[in-house]
Amino acid sequence: MESRKKPAALVIGAGIAGIQAALDIASAGFPVYLVEREPSVGGRMSQLDKTFPTLDCSACILTPKMVDVGQHPLINLMTYSEVTAVEGEAGAFHVTVKKKPRYVDEDKCRGCGDCATACRMTGRIVDTFNQGLGKRAAVYVSFPQAVPLIYTVDPTACLYLTRGVCGKTFKCKDACPSGAINFEQKEQLVELDVATIIVATGFDLMDPRKKPEFGYGMYPNVLTGLEFERLCSAAGPTGGKIIVNGKEPKQVVFIHCVGSRDSHTGVAYCSRICCMYTAKHAHLVRDKLPEAQVTAFYMDVRAFGKGYEEFYDRVKQERVLYRRGEPSEVYKRGDKLVVRAEDTFLRKTVEVETDVVVLATAVVPRSDAAEVAALLGLERSPDGFMKEAHPKMRPIESTRPGVFIAGCNQGPKDIPDTVAQAKAAASSAMVALTRSAASGK
Amino acid sequence: MEAQPRIGVYICHCGTNIAATVDVEAVREFAAHLPGVVIARNYTYMCSEPGQGLIKQDCEELGLKRVVVASCSPRMHEPTFQKAAQAGGVNPYRVEMANIREQCSWVHKERGDATEKAKRLIASAVAKATWLEPLEKREVGVTPGAVIIGGGVAGLVAALDVADAGFPAYLVEQSDHLGGRVADLNRTFPELEPVAEWLPQLAERAQSHPNITVYLHSHVASVDGFVGNFEVKVSGHEDTFLKVGAIVVATGYNAFDPQRKPELGYGQYPQVMTTLEMERRLAEGDLTVNGKTPKDIAFIKCVGSRDVQLGNPYCSRVCCMVSAKQARLLKEQLPDSHVTVFYMDVRTFGKRGEEFYDETRQAGILYRRGNVSEIYRKGDRVALRVEDTFLRRTIEHEADLVVLAVGMEARQDAGDIAALLKLPRSADGFFLEAHPKLRPVDTAVDGVFLAGCCQGPKDIPDTISQAKAAASSSLIPLIHGTVPVESATAIVDAELCAGCGMCVDVCPFGAPAIDPLWGVSVVNAVLCKGCGTCAAICPSKAVRLQHFTPEQILAQVDALVW
Amino acid sequence: MQIDTLELSEKLGLYGCIQCGKCAGGCPVSMKTTLDVRYLIYETLTGYLPDPTHMEELWDCTCCFTCVERCPKDVKPAELIIGLRSLLVENGTIPKAVTDALQGIFRQGNPLGFAREQRAAWADGLDIKAAQEGCDLLYFVGCTPAYDLRVQPIPRALAKTFQAAGLNFGTLGIEESCCGNEVRRVGEQGLFEMLVEEGKPLIESTGAKRMVTTSPHCMNTFKKEYGLSGVEVMHYTQLVAQLIADKKLEFSKKVEKKVTYHDPCFLGKQNHIFDEPRAILQSIPGVKFLEMDRSRERSLCCEGGGGRMWVEGTNMEERLAFQRVHEAADTGAEVLAVACPFCLLTLEDAVKVQKLDDRLRVMDIMELVNLAL
Repeated sequence: MESRKKPAALVIGAGIAGIQAALDIASAGFPVYLVEREPSVGGRMSQLDKTFPTLDCSACILTPKMVDVGQHPLINLMTYSEVTAVEGEAGAFHVTVKKKPRYVDEDKCRGCGDCATACRMTGRIVDTFNQGLGKRAAVYVSFPQAVPLIYTVDPTACLYLTRGVCGKTFKCKDACPSGAINFEQKEQLVELDVATIIVATGFDLMDPRKKPEFGYGMYPNVLTGLEFERLCSAAGPTGGKIIVNGKEPKQVVFIHCVGSRDSHTGVAYCSRICCMYTAKHAHLVRDKLPEAQVTAFYMDVRAFGKGYEEFYDRVKQERVLYRRGEPSEVYKRGDKLVVRAEDTFLRKTVEVETDVVVLATAVVPRSDAAEVAALLGLERSPDGFMKEAHPKMRPIESTRPGVFIAGCNQGPKDIPDTVAQAKAAASSAMVALTRSAASGK
Repeated sequence: MEAQPRIGVYICHCGTNIAATVDVEAVREFAAHLPGVVIARNYTYMCSEPGQGLIKQDCEELGLKRVVVASCSPRMHEPTFQKAAQAGGVNPYRVEMANIREQCSWVHKERGDATEKAKRLIASAVAKATWLEPLEKREVGVTPGAVIIGGGVAGLVAALDVADAGFPAYLVEQSDHLGGRVADLNRTFPELEPVAEWLPQLAERAQSHPNITVYLHSHVASVDGFVGNFEVKVSGHEDTFLKVGAIVVATGYNAFDPQRKPELGYGQYPQVMTTLEMERRLAEGDLTVNGKTPKDIAFIKCVGSRDVQLGNPYCSRVCCMVSAKQARLLKEQLPDSHVTVFYMDVRTFGKRGEEFYDETRQAGILYRRGNVSEIYRKGDRVALRVEDTFLRRTIEHEADLVVLAVGMEARQDAGDIAALLKLPRSADGFFLEAHPKLRPVDTAVDGVFLAGCCQGPKDIPDTISQAKAAASSSLIPLIHGTVPVESATAIVDAELCAGCGMCVDVCPFGAPAIDPLWGVSVVNAVLCKGCGTCAAICPSKAVRLQHFTPEQILAQVDALVW
Repeated sequence: MQIDTLELSEKLGLYGCIQCGKCAGGCPVSMKTTLDVRYLIYETLTGYLPDPTHMEELWDCTCCFTCVERCPKDVKPAELIIGLRSLLVENGTIPKAVTDALQGIFRQGNPLGFAREQRAAWADGLDIKAAQEGCDLLYFVGCTPAYDLRVQPIPRALAKTFQAAGLNFGTLGIEESCCGNEVRRVGEQGLFEMLVEEGKPLIESTGAKRMVTTSPHCMNTFKKEYGLSGVEVMHYTQLVAQLIADKKLEFSKKVEKKVTYHDPCFLGKQNHIFDEPRAILQSIPGVKFLEMDRSRERSLCCEGGGGRMWVEGTNMEERLAFQRVHEAADTGAEVLAVACPFCLLTLEDAVKVQKLDDRLRVMDIMELVNLAL
């Protein structure tokens, strides 16, 4: 009797969308290949401190799922890997995955971190996970709860890999108790046969330099929402203290819609999550700095989800002043920043002095969305996000049969909507997989 | 209790989360000398691959019989360590955790105090571990099939996915047709496509699907059983008993009755109608009011939503888009009319939503910010009394037609369904999901899932997404074929049981029952969730909760207080 | 005068305000004065509040509480106006008419300044029990009904009605003092607290389980702000409607009139008592009841509350009472029935000034009941 292998699914991207989709499919009993380009799974959600409106700690609700995905017998987790080719058709895709070399032996690494401590570049490499607010070594894990907890050598930062030499001896190799560092590692190509594919590649945030009038990049006290999030995070560069330029701010001004709803930046759409995460940030400031004055400038407050309006009400009661008016510019006055806006209720242009300005920047498709779409043979909507086959009849299907889309690569959305969409994609995948299994492919 | 418990203790540093506050080496030294402990280790990240490897290896090589892990909350990694121990040959129920992070290092600052507390917590866990018994992980089979309650879009989509995956789906619908609320709509935002172009096909696909059975004019009368093994009684023209593995609740919503806001004159003035009524008018092409074509049309948003005093503090999510859509359609059909939308915020957040709002304004519809306070008659028109907050002026805005964007509310019979299925509801009256962020379609009741507006207001794309998500949750047990059931359940010692029935009264899950022949309580081990309420209340000490026996708990207490 | 706007914002929970404008949109005087309560809230929140000393429009507020009733975020905008008034009271910069009224209350227990000893004169010949000797029902008469000649027929009618129904009731006689409803609303918190301190034990000592008032203003404050324990507070329309329903009152005569009814703000909007007054009117034989368009929750304030019986207001040309009496006359009614002494006086005055006296007569419900008994 011929043993029949169960048809498998491929999930590209292991943020919360990819993780949820993979877990659902694997729980049903189908093998899943979960490919993630970063060294760890977790995506954007692993960069968050607390989530609205419940103020759950993001890591606390995410890491159990990350661990599940790392341990599930039916999930083949391929981190630090990228899809390079997809051929075939629904039910029979042939996929090539490139496993990038970590230069660390996955079986030997114990995640102890001694290599990073010893690395010559420690504390000198800009840490992108912390949105550039912190520094790390050339060998790193993105965050302490990374799955897999295996160090990776950054090929753009490592002295040996960039310049061919790292002193007389490799400090990392010397420090490693398991002999896991291996500079001989090479890129590997893996061929996979899958019946169905889910694309969950996530989003990027707009560079606020596209709105130069807000002074981002000019003034160190102007931050993006995600940078601010890293400051609030206990695992972040300041250990969870809101310290900007060495000081705790006495005033914080939040500005909504930076780049979104804006014909000048080409982002006409609403980024959907900023009203809520700004309310959350405002709450965190009042929580951690009880003496600080917090103002939020807005055009509309979009607190539309379950528990969201109530959260907005609560945040206002915590003495966060919401002022209607989209600020026009930010400039310096002495050692303070000044936010200039017309307060449309007062019918008066005002200048609000502040220590810190936080910009809610637009959610945009990933910078390589065009390439990824081309690679996978998918069409994109005019706004640049992945296009659904039909917005009402087939909202989870991409324009390529057998390939489904989930999460923010289809459009900005919050965690509950992302999880629902990921499960929706999993459902479609399960239908495809059961049919594949039944037809004996 | 065995003479040689052979316990291994593993203390996690959790990076610096624990080690920065607790002297992990001192704790390890202390643990190593506790009675029954064979080995004590500490490590940076016990949950990591190498950390788990330590446990597995010690279990195998040292013949450990029990494992204690002192680390974070069991809610994080208990299953992780159970698996690691099991891989080394130790029964997963002989793993005990001591939470020295959330309950120790994260809440205490003083190193000395925190270390002492960690020691005591571990001593307590070790004491319990000496009494732990092996328990078997159990599974029950799953009856293939799902009942979907509600034949609106959510129900249809969920049923179709379940059916397409090859399982029988039973769709129970109260009214005489499928399609729910969407069937009453004209065109949907943002494409302005008629519902008729896709909804009938969806319903037709469900009606003709070989795996779907549709029960119209029917309702669910009773639900017995548990995940994987539900017995559902459907009452319609006749009674049908269905055996299924999963249930999806897709019962929809009710529209807010604007008579509850009498100052808006609904029911008094023929010029005032709801968005739902306007939808019918648009579909039928009858836009006259009192026989005349309206010249001035006003929309009022947030009627029955975002209103704390009314008891509906939440946002109904769709009304901003509905108002914009209807405003545009009206202006299209009555190009000479003046259409004004009165609002507090404009929440056009969805895909193509903001662009739709832009186009709506460009089509000549005026958005004015102000929450209309009252409506009264002015001649043969009505006047809206409203402060335009940008003009800072209160005005009487006259209109021939006023459309109230009424919000969504939980259905009046939601309480009945909740009682039937033992489903909790959120403060806003809608059904409560298991976790607001990561489990938006699961409920506290295993095997029962939510889809659509019964869980909270949402538009069609989000409803479809959620319905498919509910299908996914249903398909997991259906495809897998089995579901795990709780092992640490309550057991009744028949010799001690007095048959008083107090356990039956207090159990939230209906697990104990008095055996009619023997007159003693017997606990259904599949329904039992191991909450322990029965064990606590039993006056005869006849009920024991496995994994939380009196000996175990008393040993814990003794170790804690030394 | 410096105001701590931060403190005021916090104390009054103004942060919950989303500036939707529902308050100002429903404020009866907002179209004829510069008073914009939404804007006041925002000025307070943002620290832009000007010195209220010369804000005459602050005294235009009638405390009808439409804003409080309708605010979707439960912010209570009128309390900001009352709060600002109380700061002006402390500062001593309030209209003279208010000062006079407050002094009258302080000295003689009534804003009109009449002698306390005359407070029970309306009851001459009626042989009413002193409540202090113990009674089941305490009838709280009120200052205007006690002293104003035009209004006195109402308490007399009520007393006779209670006697006819065989109720064990009494009044506090000359020990009765102003209830303080308007006192709090003009911002004199100290005097209000004093009135409560003295009034509460006096009321409770009568042993009465029920208390009925002539004026909805008195009923409002006793019910919501006095903290009376063991006493059910009612307006007379509630009691009289019950007596009629229980057949304890019999009408022997007909009143062949077309009657419309004006919902007083303190009875209707604030305490949701709409049906009982209508039930009484519709049970009087011969009465043809006509409803105005702006009725019940949308009743147009007569501008009698919130100290407006004393303070003229910034715009006395466009009086809401004028508009109201025309609305009443336009229904075809001959009688405009009211259930509040302030409404009675303001609307009657409006009828005279608007020269509608040949078409419309303003009467209290009890006056109509009296005609039919």
